[in-house]
Amino acid sequence: MTSLPSLPTPKKLGLVIDLDVCVGCHACVISCKEWNTGGYGAALSDQQPYGADVSGTFLNRIHTFEVVPEGGQVIGEAGDARIVHFPKSCLHCEDAPCVTVCPTGASYKRAEDGIVLVDESKCIGCGLCAWSCAYGAREMDLAAGVMKKCTLCVDRIYNETLKEIDRVPSCVRTCPANARHYGDLGDPTSDVSRMVAERGGYDLMPEQGTRPTNKYLPPRPRKPLAASAGSAVLAENTDGAKGFFAWLDGMLDRI
Amino acid sequence: MHPAPSIILFTTLSGLGYGLAAVLGLGLLDASTLSAKLAHVAALVMIAGGLLSSTLHLGNPQRAWRALSQWRSSWLSREGVMAMATFVPLTISAWFAVIEGRYLPVVGLVGAVMCGATVYCTAMIYASLRSIQAWNTGLTPICYLLFSAAGGLLLSTVVAVISGSSSDLCAVLALVAVIAAWAAKSAWWKRLRTLVPLSTPESATGLGNIGHVRLFERPHMNDNYLTREMGFKIARKHALKLSKMAILLGGVVPVALMLVVILGGSTTAMLAAVLAVLLYACGLVVERWLFFAEARHAVMNYYGD
Amino acid sequence: MKSEPQVALSEPVSDEVRKTTCYMCACRCGIDVHIKDGKVRYIEGNRDHPVNRGVLCAKGSAGIMQHYAPARLKAPLLRTGPRGSGEFKEISWDEALALATGWLDGVRQADPKKLAFFTGRDQSQSLTGFWAQQFGTPNYAAHGGFCSVNMAAGGIMTIGGAFWEFGAPDWDRTKLFVMFGVAEDHDSNPIKIGISKLKKRGARFVSVNPVRTGYSSVADNWIGIRPGTDGLLILAVVHELLKARKIDVDYIVRYSNATWLVVDAPGSAEHGLFARDENGKPQVFETVTEHVVPLGTKGARPALSGRVELPDGRFAVPAFQLLAEKYLDPQYAPEAVAQETGVSADVIRGLAAEIARVAFEEAIRIDQPWTDMNGERHEAFVGRPVSFHAMRGLSAHSNGFQTARALHMLQVLIGAVDCPGAFRFEPPYPKPVEAHPTPHGKAEHFGSNKPLSGPHLGFPRGPEDLLIDAQGQPMRIDKAFSWDAPISAHGLMHMVIANAHAGDPYSIDLMFLYMANMAWNSSMNTAGVIKMLEDKDPATGEYRIPKIIYSDAYSSEMVAYADLVLPDTTYLERHDCISLLDRPISEPDAVQDAIRWPVVEPDRDVRGFQSVLLDLGARLRLPGFADNHGKALYKDYADYIVRHERRPGIGPLAGFRGSDGTRTGRGAANPDQLKRYIENGSFFSAHIPLEAQFFKHANKAYQDFAVRMGFFDEPKPVTFQLYQESLQKFRLSAEGRREPVAPETHRERILATFDPLPMWYRPFEEAAVSREEYPYHAITQRPAAMYHSWGSMNAWLRQIHTKNPLYVPGPICDEIGLVDGDWVWVISHHGRIKVEIARMEAVNSSTIWTWNAIGKREGAWALDEDAPEAKKGFLMNHLIHELLPPKGDGMRWSNSDPITGQAAWYDLRVRIEKAEPAVVSEPHFPAVAQPGEALPHVEELRYGQEWAK
Repeated sequence: MTSLPSLPTPKKLGLVIDLDVCVGCHACVISCKEWNTGGYGAALSDQQPYGADVSGTFLNRIHTFEVVPEGGQVIGEAGDARIVHFPKSCLHCEDAPCVTVCPTGASYKRAEDGIVLVDESKCIGCGLCAWSCAYGAREMDLAAGVMKKCTLCVDRIYNETLKEIDRVPSCVRTCPANARHYGDLGDPTSDVSRMVAERGGYDLMPEQGTRPTNKYLPPRPRKPLAASAGSAVLAENTDGAKGFFAWLDGMLDRI
Repeated sequence: MHPAPSIILFTTLSGLGYGLAAVLGLGLLDASTLSAKLAHVAALVMIAGGLLSSTLHLGNPQRAWRALSQWRSSWLSREGVMAMATFVPLTISAWFAVIEGRYLPVVGLVGAVMCGATVYCTAMIYASLRSIQAWNTGLTPICYLLFSAAGGLLLSTVVAVISGSSSDLCAVLALVAVIAAWAAKSAWWKRLRTLVPLSTPESATGLGNIGHVRLFERPHMNDNYLTREMGFKIARKHALKLSKMAILLGGVVPVALMLVVILGGSTTAMLAAVLAVLLYACGLVVERWLFFAEARHAVMNYYGD
Repeated sequence: MKSEPQVALSEPVSDEVRKTTCYMCACRCGIDVHIKDGKVRYIEGNRDHPVNRGVLCAKGSAGIMQHYAPARLKAPLLRTGPRGSGEFKEISWDEALALATGWLDGVRQADPKKLAFFTGRDQSQSLTGFWAQQFGTPNYAAHGGFCSVNMAAGGIMTIGGAFWEFGAPDWDRTKLFVMFGVAEDHDSNPIKIGISKLKKRGARFVSVNPVRTGYSSVADNWIGIRPGTDGLLILAVVHELLKARKIDVDYIVRYSNATWLVVDAPGSAEHGLFARDENGKPQVFETVTEHVVPLGTKGARPALSGRVELPDGRFAVPAFQLLAEKYLDPQYAPEAVAQETGVSADVIRGLAAEIARVAFEEAIRIDQPWTDMNGERHEAFVGRPVSFHAMRGLSAHSNGFQTARALHMLQVLIGAVDCPGAFRFEPPYPKPVEAHPTPHGKAEHFGSNKPLSGPHLGFPRGPEDLLIDAQGQPMRIDKAFSWDAPISAHGLMHMVIANAHAGDPYSIDLMFLYMANMAWNSSMNTAGVIKMLEDKDPATGEYRIPKIIYSDAYSSEMVAYADLVLPDTTYLERHDCISLLDRPISEPDAVQDAIRWPVVEPDRDVRGFQSVLLDLGARLRLPGFADNHGKALYKDYADYIVRHERRPGIGPLAGFRGSDGTRTGRGAANPDQLKRYIENGSFFSAHIPLEAQFFKHANKAYQDFAVRMGFFDEPKPVTFQLYQESLQKFRLSAEGRREPVAPETHRERILATFDPLPMWYRPFEEAAVSREEYPYHAITQRPAAMYHSWGSMNAWLRQIHTKNPLYVPGPICDEIGLVDGDWVWVISHHGRIKVEIARMEAVNSSTIWTWNAIGKREGAWALDEDAPEAKKGFLMNHLIHELLPPKGDGMRWSNSDPITGQAAWYDLRVRIEKAEPAVVSEPHFPAVAQPGEALPHVEELRYGQEWAK
């Protein structure tokens, strides 16, 4: 059924992504592919895997942006451009248009935890949900003809055959930089909610009115090195080697 | 957005079909004439053909029946339901027209309203998508409805001319509808081309407070489903040229031809009416192609286009 | 409302989990390989593993696609077409081994130096080196010479260790972390884990790198330095610290040779050497009694400055005086170096200030008593929480050795080596130079049918240890340990093919390579190397390098140039050991090693290279590989790992030794050792007692621990060598004052670069070519998702880097009118390439760059011939010559560091010119054929579809 849950879901499971530490290694991208290609629903296919137009279905991709300051906040040495790596997967929106546009009921948001899923046995592969998603979170698998998307590793997070500590999405478990955090964003006391509050976590494209569950933590503001150039720590001055050696003798006496 | 031929064909054909069916339903044509009978059949064929072609782009068309289930939330489902439901009055009307040469006003009127509703549903599939700002406007259903009506009236003019009955009413209405449709479309284009993007790379990444954001590297080098489906781009220069062509083919010339129908003799009128329909259809195909090609999807903020 | 669909939430992931060690790059993380229906279902990081603590990078997770890649070789191959054609026939292992044995035995009987045995990304160097030694050829090395020998040698010769496998930043305590030029595929998961810890704690992370990608992209401060000038930046920081008196005097007096007296007798054969007593002990000046006394005299308070008269009437000064005088010179002032480095004086000063502030105002203390090697007890470990890390960015320059030395000197001066919060050693390091062997390969070290008399690689203590003949000519094919590169501790693999082709210093009969893509991305001057491999002697019609045996698991570019190919297994099909005798995976707090084992069985006729090497060793009846009757000593590599003993009780693995598996480090071979490793997650970890965890170079408890573990047979503390005496010995030879005397040709260069105190000079290529003609630097960066060339045959990884653009700084784009997608010629003194560009702002303004080793040769790696890797991808290697441009002295100098011979990849200077649009990058080479019968090659991959739920 493609109506959204009528009440706010009791849990809002989702991800918090820390742009301050993501180094763009693509670990989460491949771990996601690997987990999901043999897991929930059809395999994530690759077309022309060894050919010219190689491409495949991915539920999580890392984009790389270059940000050129225009009088914005200092992010290193003032004026320097920077690279920001930007992982992106389904944001499990509260007002998920991908759910309501689905003509067959394949696309749904779980009332229990807010996870947006596709029931592939009902999916006709019309692609409208992908159109409706501003974030590019849904990709049609060309081999299966059904829509694939991040399941928040629903087959991991509740999987009783896994150790408790491993019941997190594959991307979160694998991220070497700890840039991905999983939890209940509906619970203001959860670690992820606190992190969002402390670090100023934000929504992507709030103007789309989708109310994403996933949040992004911005790069932390930086203090330029040049600001320390006049620091008192360098104030002592040695006029040539002579003064230095005199000081050294004094230091030796104290050892 | 990628202008998929199957969808262009679907919206064009079914739009014309519903327009014609609506005109027939309004009783503007003499139901007893052979051409009107053929028109009933033609309308049904166009609608059915359009629907059939729309299933061509499905990944799993064998499950298409499921699309009727979500009419409460989905415009696509509503379109499907309406399309199915509309077949009922249209088939009844067609039956009575073809077999008995009779016009059933109530069934006809209900059918006409349902045709309009179906076209509206089709338009709303697009107009409801906030992620595609170009479409996300009330002008979109107005255009779809007017284009459908104009197409139906142009077709009915042909039918009227062929049947030998008076075609002036149809021609005048067609003339007005064509002008109205292109006027609405011009307003739609004007809106599109002066649009301030709702979403930008800055809002898409939330990094605008640091500076200007540009894509440095795609997540994967080659195109993927998203860029193939939504990354279609057309130069503004070409878009302008094509939209002028569409107005000329689908608007100016058909209007002139309607005048010929109104003022000219029967043979000339027939030629003019047929030509008007053909050119209008061509103009409409160009318009539909542009409808997709010019629409920029918000996801492209992540892909540097 | 209908109910939601039922989702199967608790499906078991797999039938079985097998824990082994990753080999998708050189990090050696622990992995859990999930096996389902006999296939690999899923690979994840092993949570218990000390290297990666459960995380895993993209490469590691893509192991499935590596393991099932169609590029895997299927069976031994014998060349049928001309070299480079890729035409082979498959032969049996019996034939292949008989052939190889015949070739090898012929060489061994006649003249063993005619075998050049070089291994690339080898993680079994303790076996391959041992094999080469028993074979008797002096010509063996691994790939360190073109990788990071500057870093390793500079570190070992300064502090007795270096970065990565020798040590790591104290991620849990450091408050300021400064990283120089680190590839994103080395130690990558530990670094990522570490950076994340720093960020969480609010520690500052400074990255010095011309390109702001990867780690640099998240650095708090990015110093976009001009390539090759890092040494100058470091020395300017040292200048500022000395000037501000922010050095740890106590630390350098205790732990470095700062107090050692240096003979000041210009013109004598001892000038610049340490003043030593009759027992060879260095001497210091005792300030209370005002006497020159031997180092270690009880109660002595040695001087750091002053000129003193030695008992023999000569004068001497403490090494530190020379150091301070040198770096206090205004030539190292921030303003003086700002232009050369491209770093503003304010930033340099700010960096120095932060280092000083954190080291001295934010010192940390761990209240754990410990005793130093002099028997002095300390109440606590005092830490200066500033740490550094560096790799190829410093290393791959012709001034890289001295730059690495400069960085280690900086760490010592602020007292930040192996203390809490700083760089910390990983066992078996620290290890003083004296604990390393000297190189072997002199004429008296080898001969027909006998082993080499000692290890190939090591550290010459002075020119007397060089491997040269009476005329001063090199003994080794790569000219390692010759006057060209006296301290080439890892050999010069990048010179082997060029030298063998030229017959300089001699020609060879057989080249035997393992996992080294020398016909492509691992060679400088790739096109030239290809020609050399294809070149025949017109007189005999024979190839100039007559025979080549190559072992690889995949159809890399090099395969097409081999005469005999020995197909290796994938990393999931093999035994391996990550050994303390080799390149271990220890952590600062723990001694560690690991294994690989066949978690899936090969489905092809392939064998692990190490087992093949053991087999060949036995067939050749090499001592240590076969018994007196010629019977093989080891069944296979697994058997060798368990039973081989290098010294009594010391084998490849340190864990679970002794007949009952309870001994650590030393102990009898345990037949169940591999089983115990597998049960333990394929690794072994022994914690260092807390009192032994810091100041390992001088910590009695650690030194005793090291002896117990079998690293050494007696304590081997390290005194940090701020002043490196052995370099001065080479200078004395270059002055003609010490035997052997350096040849005329080399004297100027040795005098200019062998400064016993760290120095900076302009990289050779930059100094040799016109700055106007070649105004830009051109470098490569390693992408995090690829490991060298390994990755393009991987269906998932190749989608991330399908081709590589040339990244050009915005200002250069604007100057010559370039936009994304334009094509340019990049021109060096040696060659030109035509490539597609993309614009970038976050890069040093005079540096163009690209991702390393994405470009592939058409036909290689089982990719379709129109693969973008082959059409648009490119190598920078074509622009880099293995020799420097001629400078009119009649010599063609190697494009290497003059001290270690490290390949100077990053010295490249270029110009760029706009080119006509194109679809294929240049140079482009004819396609090579798929060697042997190709594995099935699908048009659509649906891995795991059979398990879809």
